[in-house]
Amino acid sequence: MPRRKILFVTTDQQRYDTLGCNGGTLASTPVVDAIAASGIRYERAHPQSVVCMPSRATMLTGQYPTTHGVWMNGVPLPVNAPSVAAVLHRAGYHTALIGKPHFEPFLDPFLRFAENAIAQHGTTPSGGTHRGFEHLEFATHTAAGPLHYSRWLLAEHPEVIGGFYSVLDSALQVNAAGDGDTGAPQVHVNPVPREWYHTDWVADRTIAWLDSLGADDDWFCWMSFPDPHHPWDPPQSEVGRIDWHEVPLPPGYSTDASDRERIIDDKPRHWRLWYDGELVSNYEAPAEWVPATLTPDQVREVNARNAVECELIDEALGRVLARIDERGWGDDVDVVFTTDHGELQGDFGLLFKGPYHVDALMRLPLVWRPARSAGATAAVVRSPVGLIDLAPTFCTIAGLETPEWMQGQALPETDADADERSFERVLTEWDSELFGVGVHVRTITRGGWVCSAYRTGTVHDGTEGELYDLEDDPLQQHNRWNDPACRSQRDDLLADLWDNQPPAHEPRLQLEAPV
Amino acid sequence: MARGSVRREVRIKRPADEVWAIVGDPARVQEWFTGIDSSTVDGTTCVVTTGSGLPMPEEIVTNDPIQRRFQYRITAGMFNEHLSTIDVVDLGDGTSLVTYAADADPGTMALIIAGAAGSALLELRDRLEVQEEPR
Repeated sequence: MPRRKILFVTTDQQRYDTLGCNGGTLASTPVVDAIAASGIRYERAHPQSVVCMPSRATMLTGQYPTTHGVWMNGVPLPVNAPSVAAVLHRAGYHTALIGKPHFEPFLDPFLRFAENAIAQHGTTPSGGTHRGFEHLEFATHTAAGPLHYSRWLLAEHPEVIGGFYSVLDSALQVNAAGDGDTGAPQVHVNPVPREWYHTDWVADRTIAWLDSLGADDDWFCWMSFPDPHHPWDPPQSEVGRIDWHEVPLPPGYSTDASDRERIIDDKPRHWRLWYDGELVSNYEAPAEWVPATLTPDQVREVNARNAVECELIDEALGRVLARIDERGWGDDVDVVFTTDHGELQGDFGLLFKGPYHVDALMRLPLVWRPARSAGATAAVVRSPVGLIDLAPTFCTIAGLETPEWMQGQALPETDADADERSFERVLTEWDSELFGVGVHVRTITRGGWVCSAYRTGTVHDGTEGELYDLEDDPLQQHNRWNDPACRSQRDDLLADLWDNQPPAHEPRLQLEAPV
Repeated sequence: MARGSVRREVRIKRPADEVWAIVGDPARVQEWFTGIDSSTVDGTTCVVTTGSGLPMPEEIVTNDPIQRRFQYRITAGMFNEHLSTIDVVDLGDGTSLVTYAADADPGTMALIIAGAAGSALLELRDRLEVQEEPR
């Protein structure tokens, strides 16, 4: 009897509220909305890190960043790290990773990281598998670099390469420039035809791989779209879908600068320092961009382009699902859709990401449609779950025992299931040490509260924190950390947070590149 | 932040002179620095070729066997300024401390160089310490 096949769809840096099924109104996402309507939609899914490499390593290993060791972007996941793909492959599944990997740094002039080198040699890794994947075709946000998408563009359509945004500037910093209508950073007019853009390329290559399989094969495909992560340079032919002038400002953005500043002044001080351009704690945001200069129109333009990218992903996913139906697999495929982390898209007057554990970055879209043959019923789960629970979920779908090294558990199918299996809390962590600036945060989300404790670092003395009541303060604008009325709540959450810290990877892995 | 300074280090259970014999010879860098495929030395100039095929011309600034200090500058266009310094320190107990510091503008390149060097130092340690193990 054939086993359930698994299509694991990830995007990069996509907010919860960008999907129609989650209440989003800007982007039209009928494909994911339909998956959610007939599957399980999670309302409180959090990453274990709010940047790419640690978060993706968590999805692959089923471990916390502290344990798998990728404690910040630029720290490579060891090639022999545990991998759910390897578990599935050993069980007889065909396995593929198509799109953005980012388990290892991209900035690699020495070409010493396997994922950057693999594209030079085709799509099948030497030795048969890489991290458990037998087929690899990689892409990232740009047309530059050594990955398969860039090589394909160079070979087939070199004339469009120059139309993509340059993610890094001449100083190799994340680029602060923008040439859209508003001057917003990382907004760019890209004349690339839609069919040559990486979103459609990822879908095309996924379809090609699926077409290479036999009708009775079991398969696990991680289809990993690089968008809607910045740069916001979707094909210009599609930008007109959404007129940025008509885009409403997000509820987390106040047009009153004094109001914005009052809100962030109530948070640990790295918030305000970044807002004023006095401290850049991490490489993921442009060092030369000062958030305080962000204008309402820039927020509108960024959100419009981000929504266009979300629509393109939705349509690309629709093509892949149609092909799956054509192959006759429609009843036997589990589809899981999520992302690695969210994004500040005007919230608090900020863009991009960093050590800011609020819903903009932590509340993720997560939808799981079990194979129809499994007979599951549609549900909405409000209990907290994490990306750490994905790997055990894939094992369960495949009918395999969850390995002991995985630290999560298979996703609940209902809230009652979540209660029964003690889905009480979800943990998120941040560590960064870059050019003399260190920030270390541990966060727990439980019982409708989110609590972040800052360990001693360059700008924190170990006493600061954030505490938000998600029901009364969904925008996390009122930090209750020092509110005496919330003291017992805070202390209880902190005790739970420290009691549940995962074991650390030994030895500590080194930072080897910026990203 | 234009300029960056990043250091990596490793302790190796081998005498400093033995470590220096490799580290102080720029013609042997590809033996321990993963990502460098070849090196050509001509006096105080050296050209290494990276795994991506990128030639990286270097100027050897210091090669001091007494202090066991090696310094070089990458003179390729991606740097406004660069100086890397490798020191092999005799710890007096038959072991060595090797430090690799990269200073560069743009600062991102300091992290890229030192990040790769950190991995290379571990490779150097493993290579030398394995040689020591009894058969």
